[in-house]
Amino acid sequence: MKKLLLAASAAALLAGTWLAPAQAEYLKEHRGGTIRLLARSAAGTLDPHINYTDQGWQMYQPIYDGLVAFRKAEGMDGFTIVPDLAEALPQVSNDGKTFTFKLRKGIKFSNGQDMGVKDVVASFQRIFKVSGPTSGTFYAGIVGADKCLADTKNCTLDGGVVGDEAAGTITLNLTKPDAEILYKLALPHAVVLPADTPAEDMGSKPIPSTGAYMISAFDPNKGMTVSRNPNFKQWSEEAQPDGYPDVVQYDFGLSEEAAVTAIQNGEADWMFDALPSDRLGELGSKSMDQLHISPLSAWWYAPLNNRLAPFDNEKARQAVAYAIDRNTLVKLFGGKVLASPVCQILPPDFPGHEDYCPFTKNPGAKWSAPDLDKAKQLVEESGTKGQKVTIIVEDTAISRSIGVYLQSVLTTIGYVADVKPISSNIQFTYIQNTNNKVQMSVTQWYKDYPAASDFLNILFSCASFREGSDASINIAGFCDKDIDAKMQKALDLGVTDQKAADKMWAEIDKQVTDKAPAVGLFTPKRLDFVSKRVGNFKFNRQFNWMITQSWVQ
Amino acid sequence: MSNQAVAMPRKTRGPWAVAFAKLARDRAAMASLAVFLLIVLACLSAPLYAKWAGVDPFASTLDAVIQIDGADVPVMEQSTEGLGLGYTPLGPTWRLGNYFLGADSQGRDVMARMLYGGLSSLLISGAATIFTLIIGTAAGLIAGYFGGITDTVLSRLLDVLWAFPIYLLAISLSIVTIAQGIRIGPIDIESGSLWLPVIIIGIVYVPYVARPIRGQVLSLRHSEFVLAAINLGVPGWRILWRDILPNITTTLIVFVPLMMALNMLTESALSFLSIGVQPPAASWGTIIQDGQALLYTRPLVALVPGLAIAVSVMALNVFGDGLRDALDPRSKVRLGRD
Repeated sequence: MKKLLLAASAAALLAGTWLAPAQAEYLKEHRGGTIRLLARSAAGTLDPHINYTDQGWQMYQPIYDGLVAFRKAEGMDGFTIVPDLAEALPQVSNDGKTFTFKLRKGIKFSNGQDMGVKDVVASFQRIFKVSGPTSGTFYAGIVGADKCLADTKNCTLDGGVVGDEAAGTITLNLTKPDAEILYKLALPHAVVLPADTPAEDMGSKPIPSTGAYMISAFDPNKGMTVSRNPNFKQWSEEAQPDGYPDVVQYDFGLSEEAAVTAIQNGEADWMFDALPSDRLGELGSKSMDQLHISPLSAWWYAPLNNRLAPFDNEKARQAVAYAIDRNTLVKLFGGKVLASPVCQILPPDFPGHEDYCPFTKNPGAKWSAPDLDKAKQLVEESGTKGQKVTIIVEDTAISRSIGVYLQSVLTTIGYVADVKPISSNIQFTYIQNTNNKVQMSVTQWYKDYPAASDFLNILFSCASFREGSDASINIAGFCDKDIDAKMQKALDLGVTDQKAADKMWAEIDKQVTDKAPAVGLFTPKRLDFVSKRVGNFKFNRQFNWMITQSWVQ
Repeated sequence: MSNQAVAMPRKTRGPWAVAFAKLARDRAAMASLAVFLLIVLACLSAPLYAKWAGVDPFASTLDAVIQIDGADVPVMEQSTEGLGLGYTPLGPTWRLGNYFLGADSQGRDVMARMLYGGLSSLLISGAATIFTLIIGTAAGLIAGYFGGITDTVLSRLLDVLWAFPIYLLAISLSIVTIAQGIRIGPIDIESGSLWLPVIIIGIVYVPYVARPIRGQVLSLRHSEFVLAAINLGVPGWRILWRDILPNITTTLIVFVPLMMALNMLTESALSFLSIGVQPPAASWGTIIQDGQALLYTRPLVALVPGLAIAVSVMALNVFGDGLRDALDPRSKVRLGRD
């Protein structure tokens, strides 16, 4: 074992010495300039402890740091946890319930303040004080979290997060072992902010940061300026590397069509929003070298309300799963280059994923074709034929077209279906609330971190279902006590043996898929369109394109 | 014996005949009427057209293949160049019954949807006009004739409705009712029903009709024939029905095409915003919305319904102006807030 570690270290050293000069040359040659990004709108609050959007999380990467981070590397390497503000990965003790981090010295916030133990302790408390969206889920296992959740204002996390100024250590105590705690600590919701940051949503006010960049100006209606942090000195290239551009200018308000034209004309370098479908053909043929297609750990799916007719009947749900032609949906999304058909819950290349598709013409590993005869037979057997079904979709071109297609499918197999597009601003919360009696909807789930539980446990556990709440992420209302117990077992097993746990998650994936609480539609891919001057495009599987690792000169 | 001819009374034409004669001489109004009737006829033929063309304008047909000059052509064509990204719907074939205006992003025949869409738009705007005229006329008659507290209450209610920007009010009502429909006592309208936009559009335009009608009734209320009827003890409802209503009929007739044009625009706007006619049903507004995502490759999908709305509204407005000139040339009644 020791020999193996030595060999690995030597290889890493060799790789490092090989990479270093090249990196230095890059920095010299390409450093500087302004990279110009576009989005239809801002990503909401600037507060990293509250913002829960892809757009916000991507931009925070070169700005904020936590004790640990996802490696700033291309592809699947981006799923690896590395020490960031901590000197090394934590020492684990007390049967996996205590994590001790040694803090790096000499790191400053962008306002010149030293970053220290008190900032880390205060930041953990602040997650609860601002009622962070994941405070009750990701961080609820910290000792004292229950009190903090009950009384947010007076949160101390007493005994949960213990700082030792003299030793420069932070000790994190959990109520029970959590195999995924390091992933959770590497998310923007757990970044370290100055201790004196007000315990309220900072909205449009930038908070000082430790990363290579800082937010220097922000207007939610116009744009955001991100510039170099004058107090930054690179301490770990894999956790928080220096960047190429001097300034990142992120402008808001341009439509997708206008954004494409701006990038084509070299007036902007990248757009956050999805490319308009009527420009795909043109861009795919004329601007191939400016397009980057990257896999995503995501799932487009149609939750079927397991507590309302007709989908309180398992056969009715399975009928829908058999009837949907995933190839058609892939077509609606832009074709096979941009999406792949799916039947199961866990996305490809994800921990616990084993190809599985029971709802297809020839059941097996992969989806091949819809089986309408089987679907019609199941509808007959379920006794739900002729019932009315309303599908709630987002009011976007792609969601609306998926909704219209699903309406056709449901009509074909014997239901009286209609489709309702409602504003994207409210659709996601609307479909979660049981008071709205949503029978079927179309939505997406993008991973928070690379763990099977982030799909299976979050989307289909009994605890994720809350009657009458806008935050009932188990939209299908699925609750199977046996599967729930198995998920708990897999979570516990992950603490000691992640491989065995992933095997167990694969079984759970199959069991949940068989019960069809929701129908998997397709796995999307990310299509990034950049200007001709953008070089060194690198896509990280955790937080997408690493903006400041590309250069513009 | 004198040979003096006896003067015979000349047969004079009634006011309606005079008005229709005048209208018939107005070439612009008659041409507009002809254009509008053509559009109505075309839209009424929607089911026949779809049957003849063998298409279902409401179902997704992404995998459909049609024949053009003996060759198989897919209605959704995948890009074959470069990365092969995206699908482009079939463009116009200019062959009636065979995707004349091409396909939309669901592979549906745009021509068939245009006809069905026109039918929805005309039905909704027509029904909303009738709804507005009935409610607006009733409110105007009652407020103007009875006066006093009745007038005050009704006028203030109309003022409240009038105070909201029309589109904002229509959008707000639509958003509130879009998911659950309307359920008030015995009234139960499902969310996907065409009656929903009819009622919403009908309600928001009530003040546009009620206020001018109230003004006319106020003036008629003090005319000699009404005062005489009151003094003779004729019941109020009878005076309203027999004496006042006939005197405002011309105004109401003038309102019909002008209100219909306004309603058509409002319906299109609501459907464009996904809060009017619900998919997969079509209206010209929803087709424009479908075409918005195809502006770059298939601009006709959005342009044709836009043109249809513009032509219909213009025809109704020009005809309405002609009708007003013919029926009530001194009328100061105009649609709008001034």
